[in-house]
Amino acid sequence: MSLLFKNIIRFLLIMFIQIFMLSKIPPLHQFIVPSFYFVFILWLPFKIGRTALLFIGFATGMLVDMFFKTPGLHAAACVLIAFARPSLINLLLPKEATDWGNEEPTKKTMGSVPYTTYLIILTLLHHFYLILLEWMQFGSFLYFIAKLVATSLVSLLLILIADLFFNRKSRLR
Amino acid sequence: MRNVFLFLKRYSVLIIFLVLQGLALSMLFSYNRFHQTTYGMFSNEVAGKLNKRVNKVESFFTLGEQNQALRKQNAALLSYLPSGSVSPDTSFLVVSDTVTVDSLKSYRQYQYFDAKIISNSVFLQQNYIVLHRGSVQGIVPNMAVVGTDGLIGTVISVSENMSIVMSLLHRQSKVIAVLKKGSGLGEVTWDGKDPRFLVLSKVPKTIVVKKGDTVVSSPYSDKFPPGIPIGYVEKIDQDQETNTYKLKIRTAVDFYAVQHAYIVKNLLQEEIDQLKSTVIKE
Repeated sequence: MSLLFKNIIRFLLIMFIQIFMLSKIPPLHQFIVPSFYFVFILWLPFKIGRTALLFIGFATGMLVDMFFKTPGLHAAACVLIAFARPSLINLLLPKEATDWGNEEPTKKTMGSVPYTTYLIILTLLHHFYLILLEWMQFGSFLYFIAKLVATSLVSLLLILIADLFFNRKSRLR
Repeated sequence: MRNVFLFLKRYSVLIIFLVLQGLALSMLFSYNRFHQTTYGMFSNEVAGKLNKRVNKVESFFTLGEQNQALRKQNAALLSYLPSGSVSPDTSFLVVSDTVTVDSLKSYRQYQYFDAKIISNSVFLQQNYIVLHRGSVQGIVPNMAVVGTDGLIGTVISVSENMSIVMSLLHRQSKVIAVLKKGSGLGEVTWDGKDPRFLVLSKVPKTIVVKKGDTVVSSPYSDKFPPGIPIGYVEKIDQDQETNTYKLKIRTAVDFYAVQHAYIVKNLLQEEIDQLKSTVIKE
């Protein structure tokens, strides 16, 4: 299966799960909004260019915004993590990201500790920006912090589960 | 000149990042104005079509409950039919008057349009509902939307076949309400915390409020028909700053499961607007 085709299928699947399944679940608690669509950006291959990554992030965010009726909110957060991703990978991995070819960030290719750090930092960054933008319009500080922690935990849990379900076999180098 | 190009090349990623951020943020903060134009129309129709398909599958699972609710409402409506009531027979003689217009005839003020809810959310800070009725079917912004159980919200934006409703679960939603007992004018808002509860504030303390009292839409609104249930009093708090109650009310409509709605058109709206415009000088 070609890389492009694989990623398109994955994109559609992730969007479907986010928009039509996760968003329909009655909230467990007032703080928790299960969201994990941004994992698509985290799972793109290493070799993808920075500019392309920014545009993909923007498009992903806008699509989610179209369904949530919040133009720009998710797009801004996605563009931010797309911008931060290459630098973070370079920081966590000894090799230059472009040397990796078609590999994707997984537990195997990155090693479990760098991969977990990568997930946690980008998830926190995404939610921090998203909730900050929401909070600037209304809300209190305690609400902001509690929502950030709760939402990030649920998202990380969802990504871990998705990691088990999406079969992302990568040959070890 | 060469330096400019070098600069652009070196910082191209940063520049694109800033441009995209700016674009996204400007969209976010000019939402209301922007929404009326192209993006709103486009995304409304496209997302609406997709939502409609998924909704077809979804509504299948709640058919039973929906049926029951509709049957209940049917029964209530049937009881209003003239054939179901008997007029008190107090006079045998029909007096034919010179006045040909029946002065007792009542005018119809509200017209109801049936609409299917094709997308709904409860967990955001600003929740919108999308209905499958639009300008082609005669819907205009600012019409009221009610469900089988009670008030849902207000139409704020209309495209050809879809319309977007600001539900009661919206931080900017504000509805004037009264207690069904007859007094206690207040304002229903949402604090953004729990989708099952709304807040009725500014109710004067002279009113006696009990838990379980029904809160209905006020007769002083030109948008909502009077007497539509909004919720039931759950908890009574006193506002420390002002001499008023702050009531926590449970929503009459189950926003998690709502599937059908009626859009309410006030047939006297134009007349009211006209009259108001003569009094209120802008």
